[in-house]
Amino acid sequence: MDIAKKNRAGTIATELVMIVLGILFLVPFYFLFVNSVKSFGDLLTNAASLPKSIEWGNYSRAFDITNFPTAFLNSSIITIVSNVLLVLISAMAAHRMVRSNSRFNKGLFLMLVAAMVVPFQSIMIPLVKVASTLGLMNSIHGMIICYLGFGVPMSVFLLHGFVKSIPQEIEEAATVDGSNAYGVFFRVVFPLMKPMLVTVFILNTLWIWNDYLLPSLILQSVELQTIPIATFAFFGQYTKQWDLALPALVMGVTPIIVFFLFMQKYIIEGITQGAVKG
Amino acid sequence: MNSKKASQLAQQIVFVGPALVFFTLIMVIPFLFGLYYSFTDWNGVSGEAGWVGFDNYKQIFMHDDAFRESFWFTAKFTVLGVVFTNVLGFVLAYFLTKPLKTRNVLRTVFFMPNVIGGLLLGFIWQFIFVKGFAAVGSTTGISFFNLPWLGTENTAFWAIVIVFVWQTAGYLMVIYISSLNNVPRDILEAAEIDGASRLQILRSIIIPLIMPAATICLFLAISWSFKMFDLNLSLTKGGPFGSTESVAMNIYNEAFSKNRYGLGTAKAIIFFVIVAVITSLQVKFTKSKEVEA
Repeated sequence: MDIAKKNRAGTIATELVMIVLGILFLVPFYFLFVNSVKSFGDLLTNAASLPKSIEWGNYSRAFDITNFPTAFLNSSIITIVSNVLLVLISAMAAHRMVRSNSRFNKGLFLMLVAAMVVPFQSIMIPLVKVASTLGLMNSIHGMIICYLGFGVPMSVFLLHGFVKSIPQEIEEAATVDGSNAYGVFFRVVFPLMKPMLVTVFILNTLWIWNDYLLPSLILQSVELQTIPIATFAFFGQYTKQWDLALPALVMGVTPIIVFFLFMQKYIIEGITQGAVKG
Repeated sequence: MNSKKASQLAQQIVFVGPALVFFTLIMVIPFLFGLYYSFTDWNGVSGEAGWVGFDNYKQIFMHDDAFRESFWFTAKFTVLGVVFTNVLGFVLAYFLTKPLKTRNVLRTVFFMPNVIGGLLLGFIWQFIFVKGFAAVGSTTGISFFNLPWLGTENTAFWAIVIVFVWQTAGYLMVIYISSLNNVPRDILEAAEIDGASRLQILRSIIIPLIMPAATICLFLAISWSFKMFDLNLSLTKGGPFGSTESVAMNIYNEAFSKNRYGLGTAKAIIFFVIVAVITSLQVKFTKSKEVEA
């Protein structure tokens, strides 16, 4: 009885400490949101207090200056199209590489694993040259092709591990029933890969949506800017104009936070699975 | 027989071809070009690149103080970043696997900073360090908040560490949670019945059993800290006086601001070798500490 009581008191104390820590973790968001609706004067006097009056006008000005809809659309197109293609080509490659264990496929797999430790910064300089030779500069499709290249190693690696856990008998049964290799993959294997496809999709979404460096090298025109690029350009122009900058930042972080809150369960599972396989 | 071979070849091309083509174009070819350019005086603009042998590497190792400093910054930052994110990530995971009423909400809260990109986070924190901390400091009088956070070399360094830990601890927490949930209950109960204290259980049972998660978490934290670019770009721009310039940023500036692409690629190759060596040593070392239940 005594031990149980002591345990309960301990649990409550732990809970309180963790809640305080949680609130501390949220404080930056408090500063961000509260100050985004303050007038410039109010913001300068005291950044910690609640706003005296709520200035939604900050948002409409920032919305116009950052050209938010364009940036949002560019980010969305790049993230979605890269993701869909990446999932498809990686799944196909991973499946084939597991089922046909030729020397070529073994070697390729080793190369993909090795490529995962190559930091982006160590190939970005020649990449710009290669990209301009191939005509990938300053275009959305060029951007997508770059993400396909950089995404393949990790995506194939995760899916490769997963395909191994799918019993080969299922595929053989489909072959006996008259499916060819393509039918087996698209009708049988691909649907079975769903849990890991979701993981790959989520990890790639977080990465591609938030990426700054690659689009900053590839995309130059204003109408092609993604959200991180538009935010960076905005800060270059409006340094210290916090009444405009904070609403712009709120708009920048909202889409991905909404995505996170809706997909939470899958994101947490995805990271766990990704880590176990990785 | 021949048609079977042809169909196998077709399958290989259809299934592996696209991934192979994109990977080769975007990663393999630039990497090989990078190796070549690191021995040239390529300026990125003219088509010609003159062969200079090991001159770039000599230049970097003997005369490049800025690169050495950026390397020191990155190394110091990596050590602190890796230790703090892993300790905090593990502590959060340890307590959030206890039966707390708020644990699901708290897991969400601790993870949330991670979904925001480093660039935007840096700008948000710039505001907090400059205006937010000042406001808290003048209200409470606590001197910690009144420090010139982004203004001196020492505080700016810690500013980046703080933001990095806040951003990434939650991600590692998720991995540690799943690993902690896999520690067999009966072993823990047996230890408790045998009278082991909580600390003993933690040190002798839990930590050895979660070493596979530690291998991954250390690997992730090391590679994130080494590659850091967005966060310092938006938080400090490498300042004050270049004191927070990471290796990644130094490489970027060498090539794209100073137009010394040959020198930049040589730095990039050195950077790659260092990252590869450190991460493989770490994985080898922590893997040797893994045990099975």
